[in-house]
Amino acid sequence: MSDILTIKNLRVEGRPPGGAYVPIVKGVSLNVAKGEVLALIGESGSGKSTISLASMGFARPGCRIAGGEIWLNGRDIMKLSPHERHALRGDEVSYVAQSAAASFNPALRIGKQVIEAPLWHGAGDAATLTAAAVDLYRKLDLPNPDTVDEKFPHQVSGGQLQRLMAAMAMSCGPDLLILDEPTTALDVTTQIEVLKAFKDLIRDQGTAAIYVTHDLAVVAQVADRILVLKNGEMVEKGPTAQILHDPQHEYTRTLMDAVRPAPHLVDHVDASAAQAPVISARNITAGYGALTILSDVSVDVPAASVVGVIGESGCGKSTLARVVAGLTPLREGELMLDGKVAAPSVKDRPRDTLKDCQIVFQMADTALNPRQRIGDILGRPLEFYQGLKGRARADKVGDLLEQVDLPRSFASRFPGELSGGQKQRINLARALAADPKVILCDEVTSALDTVVAAGVIELLKSLKDKLGVAYMFISHDLSTVASFADEVVVLYAGRVVEKGPSKGVFSPPFHPYTRLLLSSVPEMRQGWLEGVADTGEAKAASAGSVIIGAKGCPFANRCTHVIAGTCDSITPPLRDLPGGLSVACHLDADALPRT
Amino acid sequence: MSDATELPTPRASIFAGLRLTWTAAIAGSVLLFWLILALFGPWIAPHGEAEIISGTTFAPIGEGGLLGTDKLGRDVFSRLIYGVRTTLLLALITTVISFAFGVTLGFAAAILKGWFDIVVSRIVEAFMAFPSTLLALVVIGAFGTSITVLVLTVGLVLSTSVFRVSRALGYDIGVMDFVEAARARGEGTWWILTREILPNSMAPLIAEFGLRFTFSILFLSGLSFLGLGVQEPAADWGLMVQENVGGLFLGSSAALIPAACIASLTVSMNLLVDWFQQRQQGETVLEKIDQ
Repeated sequence: MSDILTIKNLRVEGRPPGGAYVPIVKGVSLNVAKGEVLALIGESGSGKSTISLASMGFARPGCRIAGGEIWLNGRDIMKLSPHERHALRGDEVSYVAQSAAASFNPALRIGKQVIEAPLWHGAGDAATLTAAAVDLYRKLDLPNPDTVDEKFPHQVSGGQLQRLMAAMAMSCGPDLLILDEPTTALDVTTQIEVLKAFKDLIRDQGTAAIYVTHDLAVVAQVADRILVLKNGEMVEKGPTAQILHDPQHEYTRTLMDAVRPAPHLVDHVDASAAQAPVISARNITAGYGALTILSDVSVDVPAASVVGVIGESGCGKSTLARVVAGLTPLREGELMLDGKVAAPSVKDRPRDTLKDCQIVFQMADTALNPRQRIGDILGRPLEFYQGLKGRARADKVGDLLEQVDLPRSFASRFPGELSGGQKQRINLARALAADPKVILCDEVTSALDTVVAAGVIELLKSLKDKLGVAYMFISHDLSTVASFADEVVVLYAGRVVEKGPSKGVFSPPFHPYTRLLLSSVPEMRQGWLEGVADTGEAKAASAGSVIIGAKGCPFANRCTHVIAGTCDSITPPLRDLPGGLSVACHLDADALPRT
Repeated sequence: MSDATELPTPRASIFAGLRLTWTAAIAGSVLLFWLILALFGPWIAPHGEAEIISGTTFAPIGEGGLLGTDKLGRDVFSRLIYGVRTTLLLALITTVISFAFGVTLGFAAAILKGWFDIVVSRIVEAFMAFPSTLLALVVIGAFGTSITVLVLTVGLVLSTSVFRVSRALGYDIGVMDFVEAARARGEGTWWILTREILPNSMAPLIAEFGLRFTFSILFLSGLSFLGLGVQEPAADWGLMVQENVGGLFLGSSAALIPAACIASLTVSMNLLVDWFQQRQQGETVLEKIDQ
């Protein structure tokens, strides 16, 4: 096999503002053969994106390619003039970014943007290029391939946009395709269709590809070979099967250990004895402006327990947390905190009520005021709720820092001086400072690397055992929820479709949507994708899209078990099944999916 | 990101930390020069503010005073030095007034939202719809020419754009997670405004202060030139241009010198603001790239 890309001893340096250059990539060599997919894996900051960009001869502003050779199609592209290098991009090598939504120009129609590059390279006139593009849409399994050209980016879903971006990248028929975390921002059910489309396309066209990701289960599906990176250096490389099953290096093994097993394989927490609920939401309806996000949601969080809330983006998970915290006032229904009725808006709640229920946000860095020291960020709730001042306050701040496994000296630092994991621990400490009965955790581990996230989950567990605090744990990561939560609530389009003890929800019988969610979580098994993408279930799911406020069952348009005349007109009520499980489905208990 | 964090290295010196460009250095020195003149003017000026030193009016540079004399035979150099005090002080007061009004109302509108935002925004837009000089002319015409009326009017006119900037900033920062966290804690509006939003909007507000200060100098000088601003015998640069504009036909530079001084002050201030903004933005852009 001939190599499309060969990188020898690549060194890339970056410079902090006003500072000196520091190495980001320290002498990495790799090669990609025709028709081969090479995966670059590692934590954030390991240099995987930087390497992928460097293979186009590009370095981000503030960075420079300091040394090494980059051979593409038999030419060292670092020796080319900037203009010649420019001509390569899009033509011989092209790039698919993580967020398609941010990469499309919202003011131009999709078709125009897809054929922009080949038009620039003079590959043909607009009509023939459009025809070729429509051909690509078909190969990528896009719905309505003939009319999608005329749409604007906001008119198609995130998964479709990501596939359109792949079409844009493939429109010149490049020899090398670079995919930089192309499915990280997508929901699991969407991820499957996109992965499948990418894989088929790469195989079809015989393109070489570099696939950058931190998700090992995704790598297992698409990659032929894997290169493991840490701090800009290569740790290990080898065929996918070898890296997954027989990793040689210590670090690769750490990465593998941080991967959680599939939700139904986890050891579930045994349901504890029933406790009085600290949060009791009854038939809550809430939304923004004219939009209703949550309809008729009832959730209980018993004291000192973990209730997981799962569902895809836009299903109302975060809105539920905001309603409980009083940031988004509920419209109908009743909310009880620690046995007392709580006012809908945070403004009308007394401090005692506010103290009992604290919230931790997803983005660790935006949740901390960059202009306040950690000591002040943690000290304020102590002062606000408990009236602590001066010495007593400073001592308690130190105790809080120790509780979240950080040194006391961090009190004098600013948030900008901490890493992502450390910031999330500070957020947690701030919630603990109020001495709450329940903490609302809104996707607290989603923005963190797997190894760091695992540490945060361990911390949450130990705090629960030590302090007896309860959590409402909102996440789209089913494996984490399955291993951590006592009870689970599954939300779909703002409605509860299934709830009950963790063990009950993650084992049969399932609600059809829960079944789809579970089967969509990538497994660390090669060939899993082919098995799951071809099921009728996955096909039905990708045919429809989530409709909020639909008449009847919200999942009816994506369900394989749909009962005509019933599901599309009558909203199914939550029915109790044995084992404490409640399911909102018209199917008889015996007819619910059991595999 | 790994859990190990490196502390930023301490900066070598204050000046290295400022990272001055040469334009900023020049602009800074010019401003410093005028500031020193304003502070120590009475000790430096050879003659009094309104003292007539020569029988010759519009004497050229070098004859009868360092920079010549004006239409009444007063020393241009001395009046220039006294004038910088009036010009800078008035500009400072009007800018402070405009910020007191603009920032308070802008942030209040961003936080309170609802009808308060709508009412205040529409009123401000109505004010902005008038050409600012015309507006000032009308107000000063109605209330008479006194320093108090002048300062309040200019301050109010300038506060409209300060309002727009701070309202936009307040909206942007007000939806960030750390503000939400404070809101969820039950913090009052005042705390959220002074501890969470204001510290994070200082950089753009400082830049805006510089720009408004410049605009205020130009505006006040313009009003003085029209005879509505500072009144004789007090010295003010805008006024000096107006007094001596007749001398232009006699070959006198008495009107050009204060005009050049106004230009040097405003251009320097603008350059300094440009440098400040670039420095701020440069940092944020590079910080983003670092991740």
